[in-house]
Amino acid sequence: MPETTPSTAHQFETLSQQRDADIAGMWIFLATEVMFFGGLIMCYTFARYSYPQVFEAASHRLYVGYGGTNTAILLCSSFTMALAVRAAQMGDRKWLLRLLMATIGLGLAFLTVKGFEYHTDYVEHLVPRLDFRWEGGESPHAELFFWLYFTLTGLHALHVTIGICVLGTMAILAGRGRIGEIPVEIAGLYWHFVDIVWVFLFPLLYLVGHRS
Amino acid sequence: MNPVLDTPASTAPQEGEPPENYLTEHTVISWLLTTDHKRIGILYLLSILVYFAIAAVAAAMMRIELLWPDGRLVLPETYNKLFTIHGVLMVWFFLIPSIPAVLGNFVIPLMIGARDVAFPKLNLLSWYLFMFGGVLVVYSVIVGGVDTGWTFYTPYSTTYANPNVVTMVAGVFVAGFGSILTGLNFIITIHKMRAPGLTWFRLPLFIWSMYSTSLILVLATPVLAITLLAITVERIWGIGIFDPNLGGDPVLFQHMFWFYSHPAVYIMILPGMGVVSELITCFSRKKIFGYNFIAFSSIAIAVVGFMVWGHHMFVSSQSIYAGMVFSILSFIVAVPSAIKVFNWTATLYKGSVSFETPMLYALGFIGLFTIGGLTGLFLAALAVDVHLHDTYFVVAHFHYIMVGGMVMGFMGGLHYWWPKITGRMYPEMAGRVAALVTFVGFNLTFFPLFLLGYLGQPRRYHSYPPEFQVFHVLSTAGASILGVGYLMPLIYLLWSLRHGKKAPANPWGATGLEWQTPSPPPRDNFETIPEVNGEPYDYPPLEQRTVEPI
Repeated sequence: MPETTPSTAHQFETLSQQRDADIAGMWIFLATEVMFFGGLIMCYTFARYSYPQVFEAASHRLYVGYGGTNTAILLCSSFTMALAVRAAQMGDRKWLLRLLMATIGLGLAFLTVKGFEYHTDYVEHLVPRLDFRWEGGESPHAELFFWLYFTLTGLHALHVTIGICVLGTMAILAGRGRIGEIPVEIAGLYWHFVDIVWVFLFPLLYLVGHRS
Repeated sequence: MNPVLDTPASTAPQEGEPPENYLTEHTVISWLLTTDHKRIGILYLLSILVYFAIAAVAAAMMRIELLWPDGRLVLPETYNKLFTIHGVLMVWFFLIPSIPAVLGNFVIPLMIGARDVAFPKLNLLSWYLFMFGGVLVVYSVIVGGVDTGWTFYTPYSTTYANPNVVTMVAGVFVAGFGSILTGLNFIITIHKMRAPGLTWFRLPLFIWSMYSTSLILVLATPVLAITLLAITVERIWGIGIFDPNLGGDPVLFQHMFWFYSHPAVYIMILPGMGVVSELITCFSRKKIFGYNFIAFSSIAIAVVGFMVWGHHMFVSSQSIYAGMVFSILSFIVAVPSAIKVFNWTATLYKGSVSFETPMLYALGFIGLFTIGGLTGLFLAALAVDVHLHDTYFVVAHFHYIMVGGMVMGFMGGLHYWWPKITGRMYPEMAGRVAALVTFVGFNLTFFPLFLLGYLGQPRRYHSYPPEFQVFHVLSTAGASILGVGYLMPLIYLLWSLRHGKKAPANPWGATGLEWQTPSPPPRDNFETIPEVNGEPYDYPPLEQRTVEPI
């Protein structure tokens, strides 16, 4: 931002050293996140490999409409986020604020759609343990699918929520003209990561087997 | 006195008004809100001492219980809880933070000529997460304890557990995020904060080992986190991926747990190796032999260490072919460790070896680690493991690595950097005696366990056939000697804080940037950031060597 001159923290020699360190730190953090989600996706792979038929049947009970809409929403939000980073780099405070708000709005839209979807799942008795009914065979294995579905999408939704809070903080700071380009860029990295996780979750959970 | 450096050694005034240093400010709040890596290192030191004490008491009670074949001190259930407390606290709240979070925090920025770590606030957050996790674990012990063992194997930790397992698992989970952030901080610090001229191959080997350790911390710990999250969900809601009733698999838990916990074993030895590399070269007054090999062997251990977890599961339902692959990989991971041992011994050759306390610990490390490592190869052999699996042989093996290796390394490093940390010398003779007592006590405690395991006694039982009693009595006797070996440093190190001789900037005549700044260092470590233009460990060649008075 033109009105702020970011200062170098005492442990750094130069601003560019600080910038490099901050961005590299975020990349390392994202590596830990990959391992975090990776562990659960490994569990999913194991279970799906063990019970392919029932996983296919269970996957068909999810609504591709909800999942597809959310995929589109998140991809758009990544686009607005990328533009926001660009605006921050150009020092365009007005557009930075607008684009951050747009990203936050899309994030909230994602959570809203997800909420409606969870509600539909509940109405259709697909919530494990709480209210689970399964007509086809191998009911426990189907329950396992939905356990994985809720855990994976739940953790992802938690990450979206954290992302929205981070972007909200950025927007407030940007509104007061007190933000440099680096925090926006770092928040952007995180947001894109959350988006990419969904890009993996959507086919894994919604698109099992052939759909007619 | 150091040819490596351009900047002259800062000569701190040793008489009159003591110079300002990082310890000058005395308020409690200045400690609790500090972002100084040196102070955070000390916060970790004090906290791990508390956890060590609790876990040591648990160990002492187990050793007393095992004096009699029928176990007369505590109930069988209590015995199970004791070894769980001992394992959880010693692994996650003592060993894993010991060298990295205490010594690493203190010396990494000093060694690389930086004013602090890259993210000082994150560093403080790590400590708070660590403490919060520790409090949760201690709380779960107070309200009744957990009897799963530190491994939390399902279904012990899910179907058959008491509710405290959730609190304890939550504690480990939270503390895990602390170690992830520490690892992240170290990686970025080592990448981005090195002083001008300090290229990768001029770094002290301790930095290489801490870098490898940090790689494991950031890549393995998240898998533990997700695994613990899954068993918590399973414990609370009675549904999860590890439950065979749903088509889940308890062995999946073992895979995921050991995917973290075997690399974690290397978190508990690589830092010790790093310290020993520093000590051996310093007290041999000789350039380290095979710098590149030691540096790359650390990375190799970190990488290959990720691919050997299955050797914990040779007698589970794991396929025999998987077992063979894991067995071969486990043999391969021993190679870089052996390279280090050979290089250390080669460094001693024609060195001007002196036997100060840190060196005694380092030499103890080499001996005990070698025994621990070689017995690890016995266990990596598929057929032998069928006989030795889950016996005291395993217990002896990993204690030789973790206690004989890491704790010796930690004690050695603590004595070595004590003058830098506190500005005081510890009493040398008391230190040497304590190192020897520790060595003797350790061997007496754990060597009989190899024999017990070979004769077939399974671990984790509070009672045993009477013919094994003599080994257990030997082991308990050794444990009391070991206890003395640990109490002695506690006493004389505390004594030295007030009465120890004032330490000069470089009491050991060592190379390395951390010795170029006063003891204790000023708040910002260096008055001017030093510049490095030479090789590491540049001790003079034999003919020019003079024995410096200590």
